[in-house]
This record gives sequence, structure tokens and C-alpha cells, in this order.
Amino acid sequence: MTTWKRKDLLSMQELSADEITAVLDTSAAFKQVGSRQIKKVPALRGKTLVNFFVEPSTRTRISFELAAFRLSADVVNISPTTSSLTKGETLKDTARNLQALHADIIVLRHQSAGAAQFLAERLQSSIVNAGDGAHEHPTQALLDVFTIRERKGRIAGLHIVIIGDILFSRVARSNIWALLKLGARVTLAGPSTLVPRAFAEMGVAVSHSIDDILPAADVVNLLRIQHERQQKQFFPSLGEYVHLFGLTRKRAEILKPDCLIMHPGPINRGIEIDSEIADSPRSVILDQVTNGLAVRMAVLYLCAGGKKLG
Amino acid sequence: MLPPSSSVLILDGPAIERALRRIAHEIVERNPALQDLVLAGIPSRGVEIARRLISIIEQIGHARPEFGRIDVSMHRDDIRERLSPVEVSQLPLDLEGRTIILVDDVFFTGRTCRAAMDALMSFGRPRCVQLAVLVDRGHRELPIRPDYVGKNLPTSLKERVYVRLRGPDEADDSVWLSKP
Amino acid sequence: MRTLLTNGHVIDPANGVNRVADLHIADGKIERLDFEGSGRRVGGDDEIIDATGLLVCPGLIDMHVHLREPGQSAKETIATGTRAAAAGGFTSVVCMPNTAPPADNASTIAWIKERAAREAVVNVFPTGAITKGLAGEELTPIGAMYHAGIVALTDDGHCVQNHEVMRRALEYARMFGLPALDHCQDYNLVGKGVMHEGYWSAVLGLPGWPSAGEEAIVMRDILLAELCQTPIHCQHLSSAGSVRLVREARARGVPITAEVCPHHIALTDESLRGFDTNFKMNPPLRAERDVEALIAGVADGTITILCSDHAPHCDYEKEVEFDCAPFGIVGLETELGLFLDILVHKKRAIDAAKLVEMFTLNPARLLRLDRGTLSPGAPADITLIDASLEWTVDKAAFASQSRNTPFHGMTLRGRAVRTIVAGKTIWALQ
Repeated sequence: MTTWKRKDLLSMQELSADEITAVLDTSAAFKQVGSRQIKKVPALRGKTLVNFFVEPSTRTRISFELAAFRLSADVVNISPTTSSLTKGETLKDTARNLQALHADIIVLRHQSAGAAQFLAERLQSSIVNAGDGAHEHPTQALLDVFTIRERKGRIAGLHIVIIGDILFSRVARSNIWALLKLGARVTLAGPSTLVPRAFAEMGVAVSHSIDDILPAADVVNLLRIQHERQQKQFFPSLGEYVHLFGLTRKRAEILKPDCLIMHPGPINRGIEIDSEIADSPRSVILDQVTNGLAVRMAVLYLCAGGKKLG
Repeated sequence: MLPPSSSVLILDGPAIERALRRIAHEIVERNPALQDLVLAGIPSRGVEIARRLISIIEQIGHARPEFGRIDVSMHRDDIRERLSPVEVSQLPLDLEGRTIILVDDVFFTGRTCRAAMDALMSFGRPRCVQLAVLVDRGHRELPIRPDYVGKNLPTSLKERVYVRLRGPDEADDSVWLSKP
Repeated sequence: MRTLLTNGHVIDPANGVNRVADLHIADGKIERLDFEGSGRRVGGDDEIIDATGLLVCPGLIDMHVHLREPGQSAKETIATGTRAAAAGGFTSVVCMPNTAPPADNASTIAWIKERAAREAVVNVFPTGAITKGLAGEELTPIGAMYHAGIVALTDDGHCVQNHEVMRRALEYARMFGLPALDHCQDYNLVGKGVMHEGYWSAVLGLPGWPSAGEEAIVMRDILLAELCQTPIHCQHLSSAGSVRLVREARARGVPITAEVCPHHIALTDESLRGFDTNFKMNPPLRAERDVEALIAGVADGTITILCSDHAPHCDYEKEVEFDCAPFGIVGLETELGLFLDILVHKKRAIDAAKLVEMFTLNPARLLRLDRGTLSPGAPADITLIDASLEWTVDKAAFASQSRNTPFHGMTLRGRAVRTIVAGKTIWALQ
């Protein structure tokens, strides 16, 4: 019936181009639900979804929660303070407890790479990876790709530039796989400490001079700089970062007129991007938020209908 | 999927054409205000049938009902049994005061129709909803009855009905019944 | 009690023996080799073992084993760990001091020796910590531990970061003829690294453990070994650069040696793509070019010792998020098979005689043990090996208390079939 057979969404690396396209097409249908008078469909009625966010994230959690509501699923939220993990319970035991309560879908955000796969291998429930350490954040990549396709009509042949902290970014990794599989050209840019050469082996270009690459970009995706953590070790100062890699008003002038500007949020205005560029017509930052809801509805719908592989 | 070679031909191209013409006449007769009418096809073959009915109605009634497409997958109650691909629905922005005719190829248990009505209601509140089907094979599981039927076809539960249409199927118009 | 091992292929590198012979054992000691006899009975033997088709070697020594006692008996005990050693063909193990509490004082060493005397089925040679609490700061009572019976100093699992502390430890150890065994890891370069830094760490988003983090300390050790003239033995080499550094230093006559573990030549960092914590090692599994360099290092004599770094952990400790899991795997019961399969059969880097030397003579010399030889009068520690027997690793059958192995289900060529300690068979393949 469909190309989608999986019960889990763990990474973009494991998906085929056909599977990614299936999610995007399904997302388009679910996006329309948001424009109906009644913004709710019964597809997951009677199903229980657990938002298991070991690492806190308000935005992603709310997006999944709203997506689940619109699919008529029942939602339980578990955060680090409400979970027993703080009392020394292991991830495995907490997860087994969730399964014993008949959770149909577990959306997991965790600070350890591989945590989603860890659960998927041990539980019958569907597992949706909402970010595992620096590994992957597949729904973010899907909503980014959906947004690009919606605006540009295609992915293949486009030149996408991702700027910022690539080393610690799960968003970057998921985007790289999704874009490459769909035939885009990808260039990573940022300080050489945060964009290691090993990334080039994935099939992307690496640049440390954004003024050279911005004129050819069809899309610029800016990643959040977490200066509290990285400033001292990875680059000398925020000022120097802005000078070398910030999308300033002046730099925006060398972009193509129809270049899309994206950011997974939350934005540091004046650091990754000048405030007025973030609010300019080329910016699709709020579209990303809207599309995130549709993409997550699609992912929950598809995974709920998928079967355990193997 | 091709019908198995042992299948029996129930309707050929001309018979399908006649059935659709009859349905079109009945629709025009019951719905004088053709401009308020929307024919909403249920994917995938209901969409093609809706298109054909609209062009016949335009010929005989001198007005063109609006076309629609309604996705039922996300309103189904059997996601674990079968994962249907969802499609974008296409309906007028305002359903208030409109008459919607749902169009499908084969009418069986009634569950698809129920899902379609459910989906329809989430778009708004039409004045009236009717149902047109090419084949009614019986075995209703819900209290739903079609308003327009091309062919009543008594079947056993083990039999399967195959509808093939030019366009979606790249085959000649035909309806087949396969024995188990 | 007299035992006769007939018609085996005897390999005794210490005496240059590599041919079919009969081996006579009397009262727990090697009596003599008989090259003429071919099974001829002198009379009075209590036990005759037919070793036709088998290698008859000095009992193998694994000089890098974590027996986990005292303090971590959920993972392993001296009783279970030495039984695993026996099942792997080892008659002697050298145990590491990172126990709880650490073996950093004479009374803990005495406790281990006393425990081993009661519980162990193979010889247990303890090592002592270089610094108190393995903290890298204050020297341990090295002299007292020497008199309690340690065979080497090591902070294994940890690494003395302060070069001055390391230098003084080496100079002091020279008085007792104790070598230092070093786990080479520069804490600043490695940071929170959990896997080899390279393509796969970039893909998996796991913190990288760069090769330079090992090589920096190997380099440091070369400089200090040269300065202090105390032998330093670099443990579990993992990177191509480390092999190159050791090769150059040995060519200059620096008293430095190195060992390699089976997992570092059997596996690469790509194995971690499924986030299976049984592939999480310290130092980490590295790239193909490192594997090739390690094998070349064995072939050309840069690496002189083979060992397991047997590191048992409970299932529940390993079955956690990848970055929370402890490092290491059990190795005693798989290492001989892996080394024979890879080094002797598949890569043909060395022959069986060389492999036996790396498990017997070389560690015995480094640690000054009265083992590793079939000379008359030596303790009759003997391992019988079927070098071409194919077998499949089954972790459920392990004698070790732990099951943390990535090799379960793997088919290997070659294994020990009988282990004899002081003239007595303590294990034989069923």
C-alpha cells in the first residue's frame, strides 16, 4: 500500500529516499487538517502516546503533543523531574514500565546518542526519536525538507548551506542525510573546531568562508550557537563568531533574492542572524514551526500503522 | 493488481457508461440546484468516477457541479490492520448550504463511507450528504444505504470485486467478480 | 605423580624447541623432553595423555586481566576469573589493581595472594598501583608491595597525567626491578571520548577519543623510559601512530614494549553503528588502517606480547545508554581463538611458534616470572592447543561470571583443548 513499513523513526540515515518522500507526501495531507474547521482527525483514537523527554525541550514536546491531539491520541508527558530517572531508575526500566502501561508510541528526547535505538530494540511500542544526543533529530530534518520542498517545489539539485555548530548538532546530521538522499548539494560552514573534516566523508562540502559560498545558496539553514557551552573551547568570542559566520544584514545582500533562510530555533538574534533578516520575507522560520506539526502528525500516523521489522 | 483469470466479467465499458448516465440523470432529477452540488470522490477510483459524473451532468443539466476529493485514511478505525496512504483532500472552503455527493466505486461494509462522512464534517456543515456508488455488493456492517447505485451485485463474503478504469488503472473500463 | 604427554608437537620458545616430542612430568615439574621416544613408556607413569596432532606449549600467560576482586564480585571473582582463564588455555594471569578498594597497598596485595591461594585454579600474579587510589598524584608504597609479591606497577584503567609523578615512580621502581605497565591516555585530549574519533564518531554523534590521545602518552613513556632506564610496557596499543612510535624507540634501544588485544585487530569503529555497548572499549576500536598497522607491528616484532584486557561487566551495567556504559569486554575465553584465527591463519602475520612466544616467554621475561618455559625443573604449566579446530563462540558456556562479548556466535579456528597447572589437568575441552 505504502512504502512505509517501520514501527519506529530513529534516524534519517536509515531511511530510503522513497520512505522520506512518503513522509513528506503524508505530511502534505496532514497539513491540510490544520486549515479545517475541526482540526482533529480520529486516526489514532484510543492510542496512547508518551512524550518521554529526558532532556527538556518545550518546543519539540509541544509540537508532538499538539500533533498527537490532532490525531485524537491520548497524551502523557514525562519530564526529567517527573520521571524516576532522577531516582536512579535506568532508562531500560523506565521504558519497560511505560510499555507495561500499554503506551503505543513513545516519543523520546534524550541526551545520549543511540537512546532511541536502545528503546526500539527492547520494546514493542513505536519509538519516535525526538533527538538523541548529538546523533539525530529526524523530525526536524523532515520538517526542514518539507518546508524547502513546499517553497521550491523540489529538493534535488538545490544547494543547501548549513552554518554553525555542526559537531554537536543532531539537526545537522539528520539534515545532511535527508538532503543528500533526496539529491541536494550540501555545504557545511562554521568554525573549523565545530565543523571537523570527517564530515566531508559523508559526501558534503565543508567551508570556513561563508562569503564565498552564500551567493550560490538556494537555502541557508542556521544552527543555534550554544555559547554558554562552546564559547571558550571552540571559538574565542561571540563577536568573532558573528564577524566570521553571522548572517548579518550586509551578508544577506549577497544571497540570491529567492534564497530561503531557515533556523530550527530558538534564535539568538544578533548572533547567528540579524534580527531583521530573521523577520524578512525570505525567512521561513515560522513556516518551519507550522510544518513541524504536520510532519509530526504524519510520522505518528505512519509509525502507528507500521510493523516491527524483523 | 490484475483480477485473477478465473474472474467473471460483470460490467464492460458500455455497461459502465450506461450505469453512470443513469446515475447522472437521477442526480439531476433529485437536485435541481446543481450549482450548490459538490461531487466528492473517495480515492482512488471514486475520484475518477466523480469526474466522469460531473462531465455527464454538465452535458445533460447544463450546469457543472463542483469537483471534490475526500481523504478517508486518517478517519479510518483500522490503522493497525492496514496503513492506507493519506492524500490531500479538496473541498470548497465553505460547505454551508451545499449538497455533497460522496462517490465511490464499490460499496461493501459501509465503513469507508462512515469515515468519509466523518472527514467531511470536519471541513464544515453541509446541508445534505448523499452517496453514489458504481457497484453495491451488499454485506453492510453499518446502517448506511446508497442513494444512487450503478449495479446491485449479490456476492458472497469470499468473493472479490475488481473495478478497472481508464485513467487510474491504465486498463479498459470493466468490473470483475472473482470466485474464491 | 608422573604424567607423560606423548607425540605432541612441542613448542618451547625459551629453548628453541619446535618439533614432535614426548614430555615427561614428575611431581608438578617438567622432568624432560624425549625426542626419540615417540610414546615409549619408561614405566611408572600414572597418567598418559595422547597429544597427537596438538601443540604442547608452556602454559600461556595473560598479563592483562581484571579479576575484579576485591570489591566487584558481581562482575567476576578470583574463582570465576581463573576458571575462565583455564578454559581459555591460560595457566597464569596478571591481575590489574583497579579493584575496590584499589590494590595500592601491601595488605590488599596480600589479600589477593591469599584469596588466590584458596580460590584460584591458575597462577595469579598481582600488580600494584603506581599512585594512591589510582589518582595520579601520590606514590604508593612500592617497596612494601614488591615484598608482598607484585610483579609490576600500573594504574591501568587510569593514566598518570603528571609527567613528574610518573618519572619519580619509574626511578623508584628501578630499585626493585619492577616494570611499569601504562594505560596510555591523555585526559585532556580524550575528554569525554567514548569511541575512535573519525568518520563514525561524526556520523553517530558520539564524543571522539582521538588516536593522538594515546600517542601523546606513548611518546611520553618513550621519553621517560629513556630518561629513567626503567622498562615501560604500553598496554593495549590501538593506533597506527603508537605502533610507529614504539617501533622507532625500540630500534634505538629504549626499554619499551607493547601489547595488543584481540578486539583491536578483529574489529573496527564501524562496529559501533548499532550503538551496541559490547563494542565500547578503552582505548576504542579504531579504523582499518590502525588494524593493519597493529598486525604489521606484531609481524615485525614491534608488539611482543598478546593479552586480553579481560574486563568483565554485569549485563545490567552494559545494558544502558551508550555513553553511560562501562568500557571493556571479557576476553580470556576468546582471545587464543581470535589470535590464532586472525594472526596465524587469516593474515599469516606470525606462525604458531611466534604466537606461543608472545604468550609465554615474552611476558615471563618482562615480569621476571619463573614460567613460560618447558625447561627441566620448571613448574609443569602446560597448554595443549588444537590450532586448526573450528569452534563457535557461545557466551552462555563461558566460565566467566560475565557475558559482555561482541564475539558471540563467531566461528574461529584454533583453541586450547587442555590446561595443566603444576602437572595437574585443571580444564579440558569436553
